[in-house]
Amino acid sequence: MPPPTHSWPLPLKCSFWAAGVFLLLFFVLPLMMVFGVSLASRGLYGGVEWIATFDNYRRLADPLIGVIFLRSLFFASMTTIACGVIGFPLAYMVARASHRWQLVLLMLVMIPFWTNFLVRTYAWILILRADGLVNGVLLRLGIQSEPLSLLFTDFAVAIGLIYGYLPFMVLPLIVAIERISPQLEEAAYDLYASMGAMFRHVVLPLSKPGFMAGGVLVFIPSLGAFITPYLLGGGQKMMIGTLIQQEFLVSRDWPFGSALSFGLMGSALMLWFLVSRTALGKDLP
Amino acid sequence: MRPMPRTLVLAGLMTMLFLYLPIIILIGLSFNASTMGVAWKGFSVHWYQKLLADSSIVDATVNSLVIGGTSTACALLLGLGAAIGLEKWRGRPSSWMNTLIVLPLVIPEILMGVALLMAFVLLQVPLGFGSIIIGHMVFNLPLTVVILRARLRKLDPAWEDAARDLGATSWNVLTGITLPMLRPAIVGAALLSFTVSLDDFVVTFFVAGPGSTTLPLKVFSMIKTGMTPEVNALSAIMVVVSMVCVGLSWLFQQQTPSSLINNDQSS
Amino acid sequence: MTNPHNPIMLPLWSLLLLGVGLLIGGCSDSSSSSPSGTADPPRLHYYTWSDYVDPEILAAFEASRGVRVVVDTFSSNEELLAKVQTGMIGYDVVVPSDFMAGIMGRLGLLAELDLSRIPHVKDLERHLTHLPFDSTQQFAIPYLWGTVGIGYNAVVVTEVPTSWDVLWDPQYSGRISMLNDQREVFGLALKSLGHSLNSRDTQFIQQAKERLIRQKPLVKAYTSEQFDQLLVSGDVVLAHAWGGPVARAMREDPSIRYAIPQEGGTIWTDCLAVLASSKQKELAMDFMNFLLSEPVALQTSKRLLFASANRHVRNQLPPEIRNNIAVYPPDEVLPRMEWMEDVQEATRDYDRAWTELKVH
Repeated sequence: MPPPTHSWPLPLKCSFWAAGVFLLLFFVLPLMMVFGVSLASRGLYGGVEWIATFDNYRRLADPLIGVIFLRSLFFASMTTIACGVIGFPLAYMVARASHRWQLVLLMLVMIPFWTNFLVRTYAWILILRADGLVNGVLLRLGIQSEPLSLLFTDFAVAIGLIYGYLPFMVLPLIVAIERISPQLEEAAYDLYASMGAMFRHVVLPLSKPGFMAGGVLVFIPSLGAFITPYLLGGGQKMMIGTLIQQEFLVSRDWPFGSALSFGLMGSALMLWFLVSRTALGKDLP
Repeated sequence: MRPMPRTLVLAGLMTMLFLYLPIIILIGLSFNASTMGVAWKGFSVHWYQKLLADSSIVDATVNSLVIGGTSTACALLLGLGAAIGLEKWRGRPSSWMNTLIVLPLVIPEILMGVALLMAFVLLQVPLGFGSIIIGHMVFNLPLTVVILRARLRKLDPAWEDAARDLGATSWNVLTGITLPMLRPAIVGAALLSFTVSLDDFVVTFFVAGPGSTTLPLKVFSMIKTGMTPEVNALSAIMVVVSMVCVGLSWLFQQQTPSSLINNDQSS
Repeated sequence: MTNPHNPIMLPLWSLLLLGVGLLIGGCSDSSSSSPSGTADPPRLHYYTWSDYVDPEILAAFEASRGVRVVVDTFSSNEELLAKVQTGMIGYDVVVPSDFMAGIMGRLGLLAELDLSRIPHVKDLERHLTHLPFDSTQQFAIPYLWGTVGIGYNAVVVTEVPTSWDVLWDPQYSGRISMLNDQREVFGLALKSLGHSLNSRDTQFIQQAKERLIRQKPLVKAYTSEQFDQLLVSGDVVLAHAWGGPVARAMREDPSIRYAIPQEGGTIWTDCLAVLASSKQKELAMDFMNFLLSEPVALQTSKRLLFASANRHVRNQLPPEIRNNIAVYPPDEVLPRMEWMEDVQEATRDYDRAWTELKVH
């Protein structure tokens, strides 16, 4: 069935088809090129030699890659869940704020993210360092006698990831919660529901589209993240994003890097498909 | 209406604090006389002076703002059409189109960066402002569509039907009903797109050309070669500017007559 | 009937106008206007390491030749190569490190230099004149050089380190940092085992890997740019380091010192080169000559604490810089140092070994 465009105003029609063309040209086409490269071979000095081979994909079966992938999966899942838990109260607060305050609160949420991501991540280094804020406070209050080694640990990377991706969870949640009619909440209270039950049976289920959208926006990028692990992880642990970057930039093995990227993309897609179909139900794409 | 549960508000405020902690550190340190390290070595505005004298940072900031604004505006224009269109068009081809639109969000940024670079080279597109804006739009467009659709899904079609029954043209329906009801989502999408664009590093890294260095690229190279506190000063300035914008928009909200049906939260 | 007072359209239209305005502004902004308003002065595009940019020096060059220098920066050799290889980049002068200059030269990305335009090439330090990757300055001229050694905190590490083995000493566990550079780290391990840091022998590489895996629990971080700050903050007391940043850290904390182990290590040089695709080759070479001239090179070395390739600069530097081994290694050390070279097919072995190291 063709799109019911007859009832649309012209600008909307143009906009719709323009979006499609744009994506075909600057998304589908480039990816096809990379796919082509993933089937080629690495040249002697790191260029691409057009000799077809499945080698690059065969190398994906290496258990070393499996370990790396699982570690990244763990971090991404933890980050997503943490963002959901931490982000929900804030999102609810903003969504239910009076109209006057809403825009202000919204912008207050966004302001930290208008300062540069690298700089903010770097600030965490200053907070977690041996002579940084946390240790300074702990030592001053006498809780610790030696500085804690917080930096360059998995903990540091996790904090960095959660911090970096929080707005991607909070904003969609705000949009979704705002759509829930407060009258539904009132109705629950009228029916003698406790506050906890009201949240559990009314708000949370109805916020699902928010959690879904936010979940995708957090999980996928954090799976392929490499800047945060780079700055906060002290280069200790290899994650899939770090490996891909290494293949492209250091080893200059573009075909293998391309194959890795497609592998990452494929698994991310599969995981998202699984989760969206099973855990979170029917009224979703 | 019942007030919000106290634990919830407390949790929300603590999250706010968490969000602002690094910012506060950055602003504090921007006045620190020491060149490296956290130890306080005395109050100084030296870094602000150095910052304003450094034209490369100023240029990079301006570049980032221009690119951010443009890619957000364009993504919004295309995204509105895509989101509204997809909502109305149910059926198999629609879900294919939907997957296509959302796919860029699933692609690792580094793959996108490399892919775009290859495409630009193939299409002989010179690297510069245009290539970066396009690169940012590839991510901003899906982001906008996802946020708009999350809201569109919950809209009651009865409003639009009623308007049409009353003789409104489809353009009127769009501007008078649909768009106003979408306003929070549009604002949210615009804010997020602008933020993402301002911050984007990976894709920009691959497709930037001579003279089009953006702030993240500049900051990254500064971090790599020994972070100077000039960037702290820059962050402090950006935060203050953002807060001024918030203040202004709050004032603007006070003066706008609220005459729309959608002012009522329950609509 | 359209509601003329519909507030939703106002923000939307203004956003649109803003976008268009910015777009137009952006297009004209990207090419900065010349003050005179007449013909645009010729431009030189300089692509260099981010800390090598000195606005004073650039301004001096601009004034003396009546040109504009447009600077962009990169922070790793791979970044440079990736950009240049696309062929879509309009840079004139670039600053690759030694082995990268060799690779770029072999790939035909660099222009052949006309040394008659760069008279200061005569002023190069002796040991920089016949480099393995370009012994006749055919396409690259050394600009700044230095060594890779150990930065350490003399208060904690009371004995001056004489061997790379100190980085395996368990008493400093958790307070050691290594560079986050595949070749440098493996090079260090290979040297500590008595092999060349450019070794292509699979067995040697495996041995180096084993040694590094044993070291890993002692290592706090693998970082190529934070080690100086980690030394200052006390997170780390022994750092695998480039000389310059350690020299700068010394200014913050005098108890930080630099040592070059007796097994020897990497000696490096960043070179000036002209891209083959450049349209301003003469101006580019002129600029290179300018950067190598004494007054300019002197100012650069004083600011960055990197040794200049121009040998006449050495004696004009204040003693505390000239005698700082983090900047100028002592002559007796030079024969033990090796230049890093491209290992070609062995890259895969290093790559895999490095990944294995990181996964542990």
